[in-house]
Amino acid sequence: MTDTPTPDSAPEAPFKRKGVKRRAFLIGGVAIVGAGLFGISIADRNAAKDAKARITGEGEHSFATWLKISEDDAITIYSPHTDIGQGSNTGLAQMLAEELDAAWDQVRVVSAPAEPSFANVGLGRGFIADMSGQPAIINGIPQSFLSFIARQMNLQITGGSTALRFTGQVTFQKVGAATRLALIETAAKRLNVPVGELTTQDSRVIHAKSSQSLRYGELAAQAATLSLDNEPKLKDPAQYRLMRQSIQRLDIPGKVDGTAQYGMDFAIPDMRVATIQAAPVRGGKLTSVDTAIALAIKGVEKVIKLDDAVAVVAKGYWPAISGLRALAPSFSDGGHAGISTASIFKAHDALIAKGEADGEAGEGDVQAGLGNKPIEAKYQVPFLHHAMMEPFALTAQYKDGKLDIWGGMQDPLATKMMAVEVSGLDADNVTFHPMIIGGSFGRRLPMYMEIVSQVTQLAMQLPYPVKLIWSREEEVAQGAYRPQSSALLSAALTDKKRIAAYRNDYAQPESAEDETVFPYTLPAVSRRHFAHVSNQNTGAWRSVNSTQQGFYNESFMDELAHAAGEDPVIFRRNHLKADSRHLRVLDEVAARSGWNTPLPAGRGRGVALVESFKTIVAMVVEASVGEDGMPKLHKVTTVVDAGSIVNPDAAMAQIEGGTIMGLSSAIGEAITLEKGKVQQSNLSDYLLLNMAQSPLVQDIHFLNSGAPMGGIGEPGVPPAAPALANALFAATGKRIRNLPIMTQAKG
Amino acid sequence: MAIQTSINGKAVTLSAEPDTPLLWVIREELGLTGTKFGCGVAACGACTVHVDGEPARSCSVPVSDVAGKSITTIEGLKSADGTLHAVQKAWIAAQVPQCGYCQSGQIMAAVALIEKTGRPSDAQIDAAMTNLCRCGTYPRIRKAIRTATGQAAQAVEGAV
Repeated sequence: MTDTPTPDSAPEAPFKRKGVKRRAFLIGGVAIVGAGLFGISIADRNAAKDAKARITGEGEHSFATWLKISEDDAITIYSPHTDIGQGSNTGLAQMLAEELDAAWDQVRVVSAPAEPSFANVGLGRGFIADMSGQPAIINGIPQSFLSFIARQMNLQITGGSTALRFTGQVTFQKVGAATRLALIETAAKRLNVPVGELTTQDSRVIHAKSSQSLRYGELAAQAATLSLDNEPKLKDPAQYRLMRQSIQRLDIPGKVDGTAQYGMDFAIPDMRVATIQAAPVRGGKLTSVDTAIALAIKGVEKVIKLDDAVAVVAKGYWPAISGLRALAPSFSDGGHAGISTASIFKAHDALIAKGEADGEAGEGDVQAGLGNKPIEAKYQVPFLHHAMMEPFALTAQYKDGKLDIWGGMQDPLATKMMAVEVSGLDADNVTFHPMIIGGSFGRRLPMYMEIVSQVTQLAMQLPYPVKLIWSREEEVAQGAYRPQSSALLSAALTDKKRIAAYRNDYAQPESAEDETVFPYTLPAVSRRHFAHVSNQNTGAWRSVNSTQQGFYNESFMDELAHAAGEDPVIFRRNHLKADSRHLRVLDEVAARSGWNTPLPAGRGRGVALVESFKTIVAMVVEASVGEDGMPKLHKVTTVVDAGSIVNPDAAMAQIEGGTIMGLSSAIGEAITLEKGKVQQSNLSDYLLLNMAQSPLVQDIHFLNSGAPMGGIGEPGVPPAAPALANALFAATGKRIRNLPIMTQAKG
Repeated sequence: MAIQTSINGKAVTLSAEPDTPLLWVIREELGLTGTKFGCGVAACGACTVHVDGEPARSCSVPVSDVAGKSITTIEGLKSADGTLHAVQKAWIAAQVPQCGYCQSGQIMAAVALIEKTGRPSDAQIDAAMTNLCRCGTYPRIRKAIRTATGQAAQAVEGAV
């Protein structure tokens, strides 16, 4: 710990920041610990020593925790991120291997052990350097873990589109560059030549003058004894041969032949399979259950009662789920039986009408600017489920005083700490083994994954290992949803078709201020948060608050353009700074989409411009309404400025998929509540977009302006819903202010 | 009651209860975990396998239904010498998978479609490829199916 003062809040002074103190404190907490400890010296020597002991064997040498070079030239990179298919491990390897001048075919990436010595220091630094960008995922860390951070800064979280821009840039490139220098220094001594005469290529140090070269593997042992340069000079991008290339992802071959092992696939001898049902009204408790009926089913071995759930343990999943379905457990409702989708919206309306905001940001005199007759519109969005394709599955074994857990989590280290807390064991006796993840989108953060506690509780009382699988029904009913949220937008226009004042009053559990970038320059703007919490678990849903805020602001901008009688692109242009990145992205999407070209009858184009995670995305959707009343998506044109891109094809895949996820949520997805209980039951009534409903043509362009690197996993999502809603307005004249669209299509 | 069937060309005798879904027999009794559990109600297709050459959502097929039939899973697509199926190769070339969890089912559905149609049109792809992918890899799945069947990678709206 140092005595560095806590930065009070984000650096931008003109914004009043009320109601975001908790986050500022958390970030401040990170800052206290982090100061002076960054860079590749990796915090402390003890951690590096521990890391080395955990990963190196005979003939293997560790460099700055994250890199291992073997004497046979194999290069192993330990990633503190979870590659959920976004390609971050391949990207991180490209960054490190680039600066190391490693031979790519000898590089492999594995998950860093879920141990404090592999805490992601660079990520913490990235957060501070980028404080106004995306600190909200810090809310996904358990309370006990926050104090742990405050002591040791043990971060291993994946989220906030941070892997490459924080971990990659802050740590991995430097580790590669510094290790390369140590290898050169070692070679210079061995060949007895000046350092300046040496070059590196394909995992070799080369002395061209004497036609000699040494393999990294034969230099590694000695190089590993040197202290590494903390701030090595990085390559000029003009010399890149791995970065900025569409290198094939390292994880893909195992995902086309069935060999990739997900948490769901884990098995060990004697393992039993369990499945579980928690109180259907979140907040309720298990009051009684007659276990006999389940125990009568062949293959069922035990029924275990937890405080708020009942689990069936069996020889396999089928007897387990058959046993669970046979039970008729009684649960209390925790006093939440009066909560419904309608009651939440009603509460939102009342809070906004009352006008006592929990947080406010903005500038200028909005009240005066709005005058007596502002243009007003109310928007509403539902809870959204993550619906990752792999339901939860964790395996745990308690044996000889030690607890082992296997599965896929977005934060392995915090998962371990949660199991430590639940089991009461020492941290040294608990090991979490990270596995491949079948989708996450923010869902697999341990703080809101009851399964970590559940499987720990089961394993602690069972004499054999147990894999706990959540059925899809449990998965849908017990989500950590994107919050149901409402907004009342109001604005006034000048007689010159300019916005005089703009207000966004929104109600939901948490402030969206940290994720909201309002790109337009207006004389007066206000964003007010009205806090409302229901009995539901809400969490980070891909791009966090940027989806609903993007929908509110970009739909309302369209309404204002319409009210001003101006083209939506021109209207936006008129409120953007000249020469800004936003303007360039918008102009580019207008040009590439053929914004001003005629369309067949019945079709419309809609535009949206959203910045999230430091990446600016503009999207034009071309849509019509089908005979069934459902939106038909003809074409999506997207322009992205993420500053720079590490792997263009992998980045493209993220924008493609993010767009489809955004469109899917806009069209068909909703979690609704009645009597405190989720009404949807499975993927048969929580409806995801399929191939036929997806746009046939997606035209995506990257501008690569050279601005600081932005995120890529999330920013494709937010513009999709407003661009589609605006397109449908252009096609039909009907404004969409409530999602999903399908609910309205069907009346 | 033992059930006789063939999995990936190999005769097997299964001991599971007759009402057990084929999916769980494949995964837990035979240990072939490439076939995935996604929803249990045949809504997502992650569990797609071939039963006598036809795509089937194995989470909703009782194992008693496949007695005497021939089942192929993702593990059975490679040729005997380990060479990947043309569709698997196309999947790598197009860098289709993201999280990858649904892709065994997607590939099995695509192989069945191609075996039936030869060169599927976009409309045939839309009709047959109803498996869900939350990562949104649909454009690349389409691209991989097109390239695996000798068609231009890029779909064009309005083309027949």
